[in-house]
Amino acid sequence: MTAFWFLAPIMVIAALGILFVRKAVHAALLLAVVMISLAVLYAVLDAPFLFAVQIIVYTGAILMLFLFVLMLVGVDASDSVVETIRGQRVMAVVAGLLLGLVLVTGVGQISLGAGVGLADVNAGGNIQALATILFSRYVFAFETTSALLITAAVGAMVLAHRERLVPKPTQASLAAQRLRDYADKGTHPGPLPPPGVFARHNAVDTPALLPDGTASEASVSRVLAARGTVRSAPALADDIEELQRQIGDAPHAGRTGPASAEEENL
Amino acid sequence: MSVTPYIVLSSILFTIGCVGVLTRRNAIVVFMCVELMLNASNLALVAFARQHGNLDGQIAAFFVMVVAAAEVVVGLAIIMTIFRTRRSASVDDASLLKY
Repeated sequence: MTAFWFLAPIMVIAALGILFVRKAVHAALLLAVVMISLAVLYAVLDAPFLFAVQIIVYTGAILMLFLFVLMLVGVDASDSVVETIRGQRVMAVVAGLLLGLVLVTGVGQISLGAGVGLADVNAGGNIQALATILFSRYVFAFETTSALLITAAVGAMVLAHRERLVPKPTQASLAAQRLRDYADKGTHPGPLPPPGVFARHNAVDTPALLPDGTASEASVSRVLAARGTVRSAPALADDIEELQRQIGDAPHAGRTGPASAEEENL
Repeated sequence: MSVTPYIVLSSILFTIGCVGVLTRRNAIVVFMCVELMLNASNLALVAFARQHGNLDGQIAAFFVMVVAAAEVVVGLAIIMTIFRTRRSASVDDASLLKY
């Protein structure tokens, strides 16, 4: 029972976290905590096969699917706090508390006794015993499962498939469009400028500097600009004076010629 | 070893999943709460399998996992389709059938 008393609070806290976190990604990670803890509890409850299946199917497949869809749906997927039905949240919480109270007191009052335990059934191996039951008594349900899985796979393909309504643009049509834009709106027909390359920063969130010293907005991704994580390029030069003071009083000590820089590299 | 604490934990997780389905607005998080409820019922099934000393509960939990996997595949595909047409993953925005 040590594992249970250690994992149960973690699971309840993580499950409550799913209710309260704002971002869906955090909810997915908290769900992973609950599912892995559940897998350990299955191992404690003499179900080694379900322990492996829980980790492989739930944490490995289902949660990865959730994360993939979150990636496709995007950062936008945060909750709105506007209530469509007035007082729905309060009523839901009250109903949930009542349900929990009824379930917990009802279950807690049953005395189940010590229980039979699975030592006899699992004597020849848990997986062998499961296979014996699965392929004899439950073989029809097992076969039906295969139909369900095929239907689900086909259904997902049908739902996710998108018909192409316009012909695919070719390289020639893209080039013609670029030149038309240049003629009509004066858009630069060439490629966009790359992000800035400086002594201390060359990441994609650093904008390039135009000849007049201002930052070029076209050199950083629109997504980064929308998130507000673009660095200020002129601000990178702010601490040059301080760095020179830290290196040494002589301002020319750090500015050795190109010949000595090559010697250092060698 | 009594399995009562496991059943109580399963009830608590089921309740939390229920409240999550009712309160959260993001369709993907609602789906995660449904998964939480399925997992809670699985825990009860496995605990009762141990209590009664036969493996039928574990088989049932196994089938629940299979059905949950199929359900997640189709459900997430539906959420993707709705997001593609309506640019929103909120369950409140998919209300066309109401009018």
